Amino acid sequence: MTALATELSSRLMTWWIILRIALEERLVYRGDFALGTLMRFLPIVTQIFLWWAIFESVPTAAGSGQTKALVGYSFPDMVAYYLLTMLGRAFSSMPGLASGVARQIREGEVKKYLTQPVDLIEFLLLGRVAHKLAYYSVATIPFALVFFLCRGYFSSGMPDVYTLSIFIATLLMSFLLGFFMEVCLGLVGFWFLEVSSLLFVYMLFNFFLSGHMFPLDMLPEPWRSLVEYIPLKYLAYHPAAIFLGKIPREQLLFELGIEIAWLIFFVFLARWMYARGLKRYSGFGG
Amino acid sequence: MSAVPDPASTSTGSAKFEGLGYYWQVILAFAQNSLIRDMTFRTNFLLECVSSISWTMMNVGFYLIVFSHANSIGASTGWGKYEFFVFMATTWIVNSLVETFFMPNAEEFSELIRTGGLDFALLKPIDTQFLISFRKMDWSSLSNLMMALILLAFSLWQLTHRPENPLQLHFSILFFYPLYILCGVAILYSLTITLSATSIWLGRNQTLYDFWFYITNFSRYPMEIYQRGWGMALWGTFTFVIPVLVVVNVPARLLAQPLHPRAWWEWPLAGFTVVAAILSLLASRWVFQRALLSYRSASS
Repeated sequence: MTALATELSSRLMTWWIILRIALEERLVYRGDFALGTLMRFLPIVTQIFLWWAIFESVPTAAGSGQTKALVGYSFPDMVAYYLLTMLGRAFSSMPGLASGVARQIREGEVKKYLTQPVDLIEFLLLGRVAHKLAYYSVATIPFALVFFLCRGYFSSGMPDVYTLSIFIATLLMSFLLGFFMEVCLGLVGFWFLEVSSLLFVYMLFNFFLSGHMFPLDMLPEPWRSLVEYIPLKYLAYHPAAIFLGKIPREQLLFELGIEIAWLIFFVFLARWMYARGLKRYSGFGG
Repeated sequence: MSAVPDPASTSTGSAKFEGLGYYWQVILAFAQNSLIRDMTFRTNFLLECVSSISWTMMNVGFYLIVFSHANSIGASTGWGKYEFFVFMATTWIVNSLVETFFMPNAEEFSELIRTGGLDFALLKPIDTQFLISFRKMDWSSLSNLMMALILLAFSLWQLTHRPENPLQLHFSILFFYPLYILCGVAILYSLTITLSATSIWLGRNQTLYDFWFYITNFSRYPMEIYQRGWGMALWGTFTFVIPVLVVVNVPARLLAQPLHPRAWWEWPLAGFTVVAAILSLLASRWVFQRALLSYRSASS
């Protein structure tokens, strides 16, 4: 019993230290961080004007005096959608994670995790949590500013508590899903030394099919149905669609279940790939 | 150089240090060296071509989706599907030229300043801005130029062969379109070199490149979309202060929009573009020289 307690407390202590180191590392460049985040909203400005112009030339249904809508999105909805995907991406994007894993494998840094009582995936996850925490602590201000300035675009107001809690849950899950998908890609490095072209393909599909570029509802069939079956949509489209009420209320829990299933799949895939990869791995030199 | 010929110099030596021909030869040598370097890693080169082409194809995909829901960008602006594709092709032509010739050099320039390698560039008997601007060429970026030309030819064919109201091209476009492409490249080049020259004062500034990306982001859309509400401020700033909006808009409009009727402001805007290009070049030259004066070598 006491052995288990000491084991657990030392584990927690390790996690805490890893987290704290990563946090301190991240907060060194906070000025650059805040400025960079604010600049990342600049393309939204052009997006607003672009969609404004596009909506002007969307044909309205004859005789209906309704506001123009494109696949169910009004112009304010569209802007709100882009803002919400930015928020989703703030959770799910993992810059440099997969390439970092592949580099550690290629350069033999993985040795470190074989000799020390620290697990690679655990260490990376904590590092990312710290990264995101540091990011939000600085980025909340520009995010809040932009959302406040753009509050007029959220024409249907805040969703109810139930939808909102599912929305927050999907955001947190999108972080984990994004993390484990990228780790799996990086672990491919055990088999191929150079994974940059694979990562590029992933990035391309991610950008296009996660809903970062446009609401996935705009896709023509069969693509529209196809993206429902791949997990990329949870990284950007899905949280935004929940917030905007595009997903029927009774489907919310079901969708959450599917997302959890995907997450479990990728957690196990990462574990399995890491275990198999270590068997193949050979480190030379000091 | 000197009136007395140096006995040690060969016929290809110092006598050729002057004149445009000399600069042209240097450019050719740079281009050749870069191509040799690119061809050393052929698979990498191919992958880079494929990657830049995929991004552009993705953009085409996005606008194909947009145009399946709307018939033009903005009501009665004249930017229908194929007109807009001409616009997009023009964007890529300008951008790929800048990315081929100037972007690798601008990146290198900041690095030269940080490491003190600029000393060697200053010592060479050639204009420093010229040397800095043309040293490297990224040939793989030209693959986008090919894609742009294909898209341009296809869209123009569609526009000139549509059953109603086909577009008629005047032969003068053969002169004006390349001219305004060059003006656009000149404006973007000036912006790039100015931004990277400021790293002499700031040490190293990576966010500048993000800044560059975000500013040119404004140039990728027809300027009509900004001409409303508070967009007028943006339109004014990016037309007259940092003239990135005219970079693509002017050549694309000349090519894709019908000759008659031309709006009254189109020719003045075209004239302004030439002036803006010249002024940008002069301004970048001035900033560059001022920056060089403040250069203190590092670590040598």
